[in-house]
Amino acid sequence: MSKITGAQMIINCLKQEGVEVIFGYPGGKVIPLYDALYDSDIKHILARHEQGAAHAADGYARVTGKTGVCVSTSGPGATNLVTGIANAYMDSIPMVAITGQVSTSEIGTDAFQEADITGITAPITKHNYLVKDVKMLPSIIKEAFYIASTGRQGPVLIDIPVDISQAMVDENITAEIDLPGYKPTYKGNQKQIKQAAKKIFESKKPVIFSGGGVISSGASQILTEFAGKAKIPVITSLLGIGSFPEHNPLSLNMAGMHGTKYANIAFTETDLIIAVGARFDDRVTGKVAGFAPHADIIHIDIDPAEIGKIVNTIIPIVGNAKDVLADLSQRFFELDNKKSMDRKKLWIDFLMDLKQKYPLMYDKDSPNLKPAYIVEKIYEVTKGEAIICTEVGQNQMWAAQFYNYTKPRTFVSSGGLGTMGFGLPSAIGAKTGRPDKTVIDIAGDGSLQMVSQELATAVSNNIPIKIMLLNNGYLGMVRQWQELFFNKRYSHTCIRECVDFVKLIEAYGGVGIRVTDKNQVEKAIKEAVNLDKVVLVDFWIEAEENVYPMVAPGAPINEMLEWKY
Amino acid sequence: MNHIISVLVENKAGVLAKISGLFSRRGFNIDSLAVGPTEDDRVSRVTITVHADKQGIEQVIKQLYKLINVLKIQELDPNNIVERELVLIKVATDARNRAEILEIVNIFRANIVDVAKKSLLIEITGTSSKVNALKELLEPYGILELTRTGKIACSRGSRKI
Ligand SMILES: Cc1ncc(C[n+]2csc(CCOP(=O)(O)OP(=O)(O)O)c2C)c(N)n1
Repeated sequence: MSKITGAQMIINCLKQEGVEVIFGYPGGKVIPLYDALYDSDIKHILARHEQGAAHAADGYARVTGKTGVCVSTSGPGATNLVTGIANAYMDSIPMVAITGQVSTSEIGTDAFQEADITGITAPITKHNYLVKDVKMLPSIIKEAFYIASTGRQGPVLIDIPVDISQAMVDENITAEIDLPGYKPTYKGNQKQIKQAAKKIFESKKPVIFSGGGVISSGASQILTEFAGKAKIPVITSLLGIGSFPEHNPLSLNMAGMHGTKYANIAFTETDLIIAVGARFDDRVTGKVAGFAPHADIIHIDIDPAEIGKIVNTIIPIVGNAKDVLADLSQRFFELDNKKSMDRKKLWIDFLMDLKQKYPLMYDKDSPNLKPAYIVEKIYEVTKGEAIICTEVGQNQMWAAQFYNYTKPRTFVSSGGLGTMGFGLPSAIGAKTGRPDKTVIDIAGDGSLQMVSQELATAVSNNIPIKIMLLNNGYLGMVRQWQELFFNKRYSHTCIRECVDFVKLIEAYGGVGIRVTDKNQVEKAIKEAVNLDKVVLVDFWIEAEENVYPMVAPGAPINEMLEWKY
Repeated sequence: MNHIISVLVENKAGVLAKISGLFSRRGFNIDSLAVGPTEDDRVSRVTITVHADKQGIEQVIKQLYKLINVLKIQELDPNNIVERELVLIKVATDARNRAEILEIVNIFRANIVDVAKKSLLIEITGTSSKVNALKELLEPYGILELTRTGKIACSRGSRKI
């Protein structure tokens, strides 16, 4: 039998898993792996910071549904991945992170560039491995991909000491998955599903609360059909955006802190929430005690630990959103459809009125450059066909509110962790996974500066993403809170005039466009989208524009601060 | 309320750290923890006593199940178990009070496992309350050292988890 190095074995295993692209950054303890990569046809995208590599793998996973892969060296390389891994963990994104480690004989000695990365990432990975025997590599890699992509998806880290990647091993060694304790449940309990169908049938004011689990399990279509035929309105979480087409009249859009008023009222009035792959984040519920006071809750989730964690549930259903919804839909339509609809008619009418009455708003007549206007124009120009990535802050909320998402995997945003600097690298990953799509990072000037070095990654790898910078010269979302709750004491949130973003993108070899006037918006977006280059459009938006509506932290969600003319 | 949970885990490096880390990270307090291999040497049993309300213990169990190396979890019914702790207590003695101490030790069916001029080492197994009672009685003599294994428990009858 012929022998290969551990590093070559890693490459072979990655290929077996169907990996086409890796996002990474080399260093001493992964040179063997990079050396093996040199001869392989796996594409490698060199980030400029390991956090960028992790977010890019994350963005790639979100738009393709495949497992994203990132690689770093030991110590500082590995710790630089941490934010990206935590981000993927919070949002249940399938990812495999491979880190180099000092050689096995040095582990535990505080050797140069040693970090206990399996210890550090234990709370933010679904599982992690320290490889101690080269013969274990194939099994571990196979298990890692299996764990990352099944059940509730999430990141898995594999820490590989350098002597392991240099050791020789039989090429044909077989990989086996040996995970006796890991058995994710996909099919929901039929008795509970039947009960749930009956409950939905009887309810007068039901809503579906659709989360990221609907997207990751590929349940969007079933959900859309079910909601449409049963006439049940759908509210999404931030991560659920795209799981249900927003142009559908039954869409109540996103709920929560910056959700729509009609979604929040619906939650407050509903008698039955059918939560699917959504985890009742506090950004959605507001004050939990006052959340959905009249509602019974049916909670469908692949992770049993999410059920009953925040809100009490009357019918828990553990399973994959797609399987459970298919069964639930079938059960439901065995019941008298017409009777059910009659019962719900008043509710639907009430909500349709609310939608008319409380649309998302901004001052459309203002001559000033309004961020919502820009996002609407981006929607128009791209005809809703683009993949939108976001940074974190006001930009993220405007992107969530004013673009109309109709398909899953078209809205890429850091939900659970709220990571500034996620948008640019995730857009790089998204464009790598979907080169056929226009990929746009709707950015804030603060967030962009956290990862602006990744502009080099985009330009040098010819990844023509578009950065639409909503430049307000502030850490806008924090400034908004300071304005509303801290007497306008703008402590350390003004970041104006520190960087010329047009020059910055030009310095990296991309194209910069500055827009200061409302009349230039559409033209600039068109130009950016049509150029086959990395383009940054620097929109100088009205500096103190706020995101509305808004639920004050700790308040019940139907008490919203609203936009005033 | 105190709950005793019995957790079967794969006998692999780092598993215990993942379990104990989970408790601290989620804000649950471990009162006692004991670990050792089982009849199957690929499997270890962790017995954990934790203070939590009903919802809390449910969440603990669900979160534990998410750990890939956890095989099985059971909350033990305190009315239907045999629970034991092994404790070593080193008590200061002198010629005058040695007999007195021996008497107490006998009543508790504990064992003397080491005798020195100025101390006795006592071994006791039993429930926490028995151990605590002995400890209280010995305290006036001066406890020099005390070490407890943490509680282990097994349900009665032939059913196994
Ligand atoms: C890494 C990180 N640090 C700090 C924060 C806290 N934070 C949330 S929003 C925000 C301001 C974001 O500013 P900017 O990117 O300019 O976007 P804007 O709100 O102005 O659109 C900050 C500092 C965060 N979410 N992430």
